[in-house]
Amino acid sequence: MTTTESTPAVVVDPDAVNLTINGRAVVARKGELIIAAADRNGDYIPRFCYHPRMSSVGMCRQCLVEVEGPRGPMMVVSCMTSVSEGQVVRTETDQVKRAQEGMIELLLANHPLDCPVCDKGGECPLQDQAFSHGPGESRFIEEKRHYEKPIAISDLVLLDRERCILCDRCTRFADEVAGDALIHFTSRGNNTQVQTFPDEPFSSYFSGNTVQICPVGALTARPYRFKARPWDLEKTESTCTTCAVGCRITLESSRDELLRYQGVDSDPVNHGWLCDKGRFNFESLKSDARLTNPLVRDGASLVETSWSSALSTAASLITSALRAGNPSRVAVLGGARGTNEDAHAWAKLVDALGIDSVDAQMGDGLPSAVLTYPQATIDDAAHASTVILLSPDLKEELPILYLRLRDASEKKRSRILEFASKGSGLTRYAWKSVPYLPGNQVAVVASTLSEPAVSAQMAKGSVVVVVGRSNLAESDEYNMAALDAVMAAHPGATVLPVLRRGNVRGALSVGLGRRDAVDILTDAANGEIDCLVLVGADPIADCPDSDLARRAFAAIPSIIAIDTFATASSAKATVLLPAAAFGEKDGTTTNLEGRVTRLARKVTVNGTSRPDWMVALELADILGHDLGAASVADVHADLVSSNPAFGPATRVALATHPDGVVLAAPATGATTSFAPPPAEKPGFAHRLVVGRKLYDNGRNVAESPSLARLAPGSALHMHPLDLERLGAPEGASVRVSGDRTSIVMNVVGDESVQRGTVWAAWAQSGANIGELIDATKWVNDVRVESLR
Amino acid sequence: MARLSEENVRLAKEVIARYPRARSAMIPLLHLAQEQDGYVTNEAMAHIGDLVGATSAEVYGTASFYEMFKFEPVGKYLINICGTMSCALMGAEDLMHHAEHRLGVKLGGTTDDGLFTLERAECQAACTEAPCLQVNYRYRFRVTAADFDALVDDLKAGNLTDEVPAHGIVARVRQQIPVDRGVGAVPPEDVTEAPTWMAEKAAL
Repeated sequence: MTTTESTPAVVVDPDAVNLTINGRAVVARKGELIIAAADRNGDYIPRFCYHPRMSSVGMCRQCLVEVEGPRGPMMVVSCMTSVSEGQVVRTETDQVKRAQEGMIELLLANHPLDCPVCDKGGECPLQDQAFSHGPGESRFIEEKRHYEKPIAISDLVLLDRERCILCDRCTRFADEVAGDALIHFTSRGNNTQVQTFPDEPFSSYFSGNTVQICPVGALTARPYRFKARPWDLEKTESTCTTCAVGCRITLESSRDELLRYQGVDSDPVNHGWLCDKGRFNFESLKSDARLTNPLVRDGASLVETSWSSALSTAASLITSALRAGNPSRVAVLGGARGTNEDAHAWAKLVDALGIDSVDAQMGDGLPSAVLTYPQATIDDAAHASTVILLSPDLKEELPILYLRLRDASEKKRSRILEFASKGSGLTRYAWKSVPYLPGNQVAVVASTLSEPAVSAQMAKGSVVVVVGRSNLAESDEYNMAALDAVMAAHPGATVLPVLRRGNVRGALSVGLGRRDAVDILTDAANGEIDCLVLVGADPIADCPDSDLARRAFAAIPSIIAIDTFATASSAKATVLLPAAAFGEKDGTTTNLEGRVTRLARKVTVNGTSRPDWMVALELADILGHDLGAASVADVHADLVSSNPAFGPATRVALATHPDGVVLAAPATGATTSFAPPPAEKPGFAHRLVVGRKLYDNGRNVAESPSLARLAPGSALHMHPLDLERLGAPEGASVRVSGDRTSIVMNVVGDESVQRGTVWAAWAQSGANIGELIDATKWVNDVRVESLR
Repeated sequence: MARLSEENVRLAKEVIARYPRARSAMIPLLHLAQEQDGYVTNEAMAHIGDLVGATSAEVYGTASFYEMFKFEPVGKYLINICGTMSCALMGAEDLMHHAEHRLGVKLGGTTDDGLFTLERAECQAACTEAPCLQVNYRYRFRVTAADFDALVDDLKAGNLTDEVPAHGIVARVRQQIPVDRGVGAVPPEDVTEAPTWMAEKAAL
């Protein structure tokens, strides 16, 4: 773009196409569909199957329009016909209306018209368009087609085949967008129906999207069925903070209860899609296990008390810890689960108190230095000619980023070069997937990048490196050193850090990443921390080294926790303060690419819960520090004025840019030097790889009844040939031993696991793999013995 | 109830190799599965999905479009009596009625001995020979009740084993295309030039 906004645009666009729609001149883009051009021009053409984020199929025939042709006007399907120069389109002639009414009459011939008991009634495109574009009555008197209704096609989604109009939206989504073609049209003619394969459910992580895009009430989601009528729902736009992708959503509530999230089409982020975890975990907000009142420890139990007494107890714990020595005896962990304002208020408080032992990650992420590399956005990655993955399995951790990269690969925009110690969701879409043994990542990356085919590919265009913590049982320095190896080979590359927690980027950007949590916990275990403050953090569950976390907690005399639930960590607190959860507080959040978007409060807080920022201000007040803010707006204003990175994220900017504002680039060029030693081959042992599954026993899954049962549970994954050599049958119990202890797990064969390694999922019910991880080691090896 | 046998996997791979895209071999492989078990089992569909790189749901979706593929066991002999116009006018209804009585099953049913399944079919393109039927897709023309009884007796006695193989066997002679005789179809994504007929058309 060389023209500035002030110069009038007299640019002849070679891609411009001039046509007339309903008598008005329209400029469209070459290749644009008539229906899309009409949409932009304000002429609504009724449709059921057309969806702008999927390929057109011309299935429903509802979008017929009249186009002037050499032999007079003719009817064309506007979702399958591109614009052309001089085209004359009419969307509202008598002929078009006759066609539209005919189509509606046919679609309704078999439709049960059970709108009064249908969840979709009131927001149903078929209902709405039957009124706006239908004939008003039907000539059909025949018996309608009958099917069993509804049938469960997965744990979350139910299908009513009588209501289905066969628009191909859900099946197209499953195939084209999600890459999980587990539902398909079956049979033919009048018997055509959407079905799964017998006994193979539609267990896609993205199944909820089919419910949202279904233009009738055929697909319904179990968590929302019969919970509300659309006209009772109040909607507010917000941002999902389940993971760090930051998908735009609407929060929909009725009678002060959140009942549904729907995806909003944000072009730079989620394209309207959501993962099922993000879509359905609203259930956890109304869990009975939520904390409602402040609790203070009295002996072995926690006793309810008032906020004022709990806060003064908390303040006195901090004061006495500070008095006991210096600020180094107080530590603060967390801040990545809240808003930017929460994090900023806490950052100001720890500044005021001079505390340095602060981390928003639990030793399960990457050093915050990763934010000092030249940064890429999600769009940059999805349009890069080469995407290099030094990341965990994105399908499991950041599902919508997986969709964006999968799309980039499927549409041939990008080639994915993956480095992984276990096959991931993106492996089948990768141009090249290079396996490495944990500990050897750096050498493998360096030698692969020196291959002529790879360097030729990287020279073709932009290169984006997606970097995250790929293995919890391996030092994070390997990922950083591998990143350095890529940057050395290709200095022009940009970096998309994929840290996992909802607002981890915000928390790190406001300064809540000062020391590594593993170091802090090690200090604590050595008795050097007197008071630990947990701001929505659960180190016992999240720190990869479970033994370290346990020893640390046993040694810390006083713990102050602010949390929505009594977690493994917060249940050990001296003072436990109930926190306002997502949907209960206003503010802003920062996604993994540094995009700041608004969060909305939709429902009243649970019990007497308070947002984290408020707790910080109140504690500061009692401790004699004035943080200069009294409301979330004050905290935001202070953040924008005091932190140059947040400079562009003003209230006005956020209000006028619903897709958010990307943080100003952080100071780059900080030299990092990570030189972890290459690890020896494990000999008779197996090298341990620990990753995540989308569904785990984290609070917001475990407290959402619909999702809790989807967590796979703990198991040791092993290459089938290693399993054979071990002599244990699939599913058998095996003893897995590290240097400290051993645990018993069930073993399963998994071809995505490399030989010589074993893989286990983090945070699953059953045996805890964290018992075998020693965070002081570069890599962790385990021995596996059959118990038979 | 089975995946494809080792021999059939070998044949399947041969068939797959004839197409630029593995998925294109789905229908021939479904015939192979039906030949193996007499009907298409779920295990075979899942196996075919693995072989051609499709999900089981895609294989099932494709297979269920076609009446010729059965997903539940059928008799060794599948009898399809035509019920379309010419045959209907020439007594197909009576023939069906007779067949139901003779076999002791209703339309769509299979006899207890597992020998016969009775189905109605749409036009079999033998209108001049109405009423007609097919046994495992082998024609019988101008079928009377007596003809039908004779046919059933012959099938039971094994007199027609040469002419009518068991259900699922489309042909006894397997198509063989040596590698050097294949058309050498190019994957669509590798096509860089316009097809030759276009150039010929332009030259006219």
